[in-house]
Amino acid sequence: MLNDEDRIFTNLYGWESFSLKDAKKRGDWDGTKAILKKGPGWIIEEMQASGLRGRGGAGFPTGMKWSFMPKESDGRPHYLVVNADESEPGTCKDRDILRHEPHKLLEGCLIAGFAMGAHAAYIYIRGEFYNEGSELLRAIEEAYDAGLLGKNAAGSGWDFDVILHRGAGAYICGEETALIESIEGKKGQPRNKPPFPAMAGLYSCPTTVNNVETIAVAPTILRRGGPWFAGLGLNEKNAGTKLFCISGHVEQPCNVEEEMGIPLKELIEKHAGGVRGGWDNLLAVIPGGSSTPMLPKETCETINMDFDSLREVGTGLGTAGVIVMDKSTDVIQAICRLSQFYMHESCGQCTPCREGTGWLWRIMTRMVAGNATVDEIDQLFEVTKEIEGHTICALGDAAAWPIQGLIKHFRPEMEHRIMEYRKAAA
Amino acid sequence: MKKLFELNADYQPENFKFTKVFQKKVDEAIALYPKGRQQSAVMPMLDLAQRQVAEEGAKADPVYGGWIPRAAMDHIAEQLDMAAIKVYEVASFYSMYNMAPVGKYLVQLCTTTPCWLCGSDDIVNTCKKHLGIGMGETTEDGKFSLMEVECLGACVNAPMVQINDDYYEDLNAGSMKEILDLLAEDMQPKTGSQKARKASMAQSGPTSLEEQAKKAGVA
Ligand SMILES: Cc1cc2nc3c(=O)[nH]c(=O)nc-3n(C[C@H](O)[C@H](O)[C@H](O)COP(=O)(O)O)c2cc1C
Ligand code: SF4
Ligand code: FES
Repeated sequence: MLNDEDRIFTNLYGWESFSLKDAKKRGDWDGTKAILKKGPGWIIEEMQASGLRGRGGAGFPTGMKWSFMPKESDGRPHYLVVNADESEPGTCKDRDILRHEPHKLLEGCLIAGFAMGAHAAYIYIRGEFYNEGSELLRAIEEAYDAGLLGKNAAGSGWDFDVILHRGAGAYICGEETALIESIEGKKGQPRNKPPFPAMAGLYSCPTTVNNVETIAVAPTILRRGGPWFAGLGLNEKNAGTKLFCISGHVEQPCNVEEEMGIPLKELIEKHAGGVRGGWDNLLAVIPGGSSTPMLPKETCETINMDFDSLREVGTGLGTAGVIVMDKSTDVIQAICRLSQFYMHESCGQCTPCREGTGWLWRIMTRMVAGNATVDEIDQLFEVTKEIEGHTICALGDAAAWPIQGLIKHFRPEMEHRIMEYRKAAA
Repeated sequence: MKKLFELNADYQPENFKFTKVFQKKVDEAIALYPKGRQQSAVMPMLDLAQRQVAEEGAKADPVYGGWIPRAAMDHIAEQLDMAAIKVYEVASFYSMYNMAPVGKYLVQLCTTTPCWLCGSDDIVNTCKKHLGIGMGETTEDGKFSLMEVECLGACVNAPMVQINDDYYEDLNAGSMKEILDLLAEDMQPKTGSQKARKASMAQSGPTSLEEQAKKAGVA
């Protein structure tokens, strides 16, 4: 278990105010100027040494991502865009940073922006987080008033602005190029890549999109050193601390900062009060937000919560939104509801996704009732395979994976449902 | 809900103009974006239009809530030098822009899997029964509309609903009814957790941050 002195988000639950005064007591904005004085090269190297991987879902190494930005401007401005769209079902960690630790995010924006030659950061917050956005705006104002943002930010000689952009209800805007389109004042539909944002992103300028948590941990990493962060966690590829959200059938649902690679069972039992009705009442866990395939109880017994361990068992860490289901759960319905989600959120640009998510939901609805044939389970699987990898963005994959997980682990349950339906009909 | 946008519906007003107060906010929003990129302000402007309509609606008889009339979109298009159709497209893409009148209190019920596992069906049924309306409907007095929405990013405080700008979390049938009753009287219910829980902390107390917890008096 992680020691308290290695926890980054000491105000995760909002026991103190988010204000600059309290944030400084917690160590934020301490020696920011000295960090910037070490230069972009040092910052990026230190981030690489820390082993930090993006906290938005895909787990791409952050230091490497920052190094992709052009070293010199060709005349176009560079932008940092912070992804605060947080809409992956099961995920509610960035909300806590936005409302309780906004200065960690703002200091991170300045440091990351400076490292990538950007003079501005746009924070894209989901529109529903209206109150969180208003608090963030107050924190931004405080930082400007204290000279930490704006001209000569934090006395560094670097000018830096932070602008808040509110979304308006569209999961797809969490996808980085859809998010960019949305800031540009368009429908949030993902772009074809290449070009990648580092070459042509916001307003066709070099842009890096990072998750809130990714940016908010950067100042602490740089203060304590990359090796400190790398020394926490399972191994150098799965390093550091991580915010976990534990929802569903646990006694004490909560968010908590833990060590990367913590055993799932320990996470649930130590922090979330255990599975409702005891560990033996566990049916399955969705480990990393709705897009990640579920794990049956046997795997939950021993699995570690990190990128590579979860990938080895055919799922992923995703956003670390842990959704727990006990034996009372209609697991087919649980996944069917996710199919409805993806159908609703498809932006409609590519045919396999637009049409496919609708098919998946309709077949899944019949599977819930049992009003289907056993062959149709194979057909359902086939449809997921036709969507997966054939779309512009990963929403198509995200719609396919939960169903693949269901079929892999609960096919007998699905067949049983079909038999029961037949019996009742006969 | 998500009523389709109807250009010529009978409820569409002839005109819309931002009031002085709102126009000032509009100008501030436009100024946030680089020169020549004023189209970026279309989303904040749609939000401001919806908020202005909500303010007017709160004083009307019967009351209504925030929505975006076609005339407002035309007004925005003009100010941003955009084709009106582009503004309609943006407005109808995002689920938070109401394209037709709604109740003064728009109750958005999250029913996605984490909330569903924690009893969102119960909350949905309670709202329907208590208000006597179905999903996508508005009460006759114009006070309440019900709308099913997707995950609102508060899953460890499930089940939850959003009403206008506020989240109400850790609900059960009883607390849901109390909230609706207070709003019916135009009184402000306590927002956030309805089980007196601090944000996303475990209800039984913190499992980390011992020293901070002591300082805060929660451990
Ligand atoms: C459909 C879809 C939704 C996404 N939603 C989010 C989101 O809400 N927040 C987020 O940070 N990343 C989201 N992502 C991932 C982003 O595209 C991007 O990878 C991430 O913001 C990069 O930040 P990181 O490198 O710090 O992880 C989403 C991706 C897809 C395909
Ligand atoms: S995969 Fe789906 S959400 Fe992504 S671009 Fe295609 S249609 Fe849109
Ligand atoms: S599922 Fe309801 S808030 Fe996430």
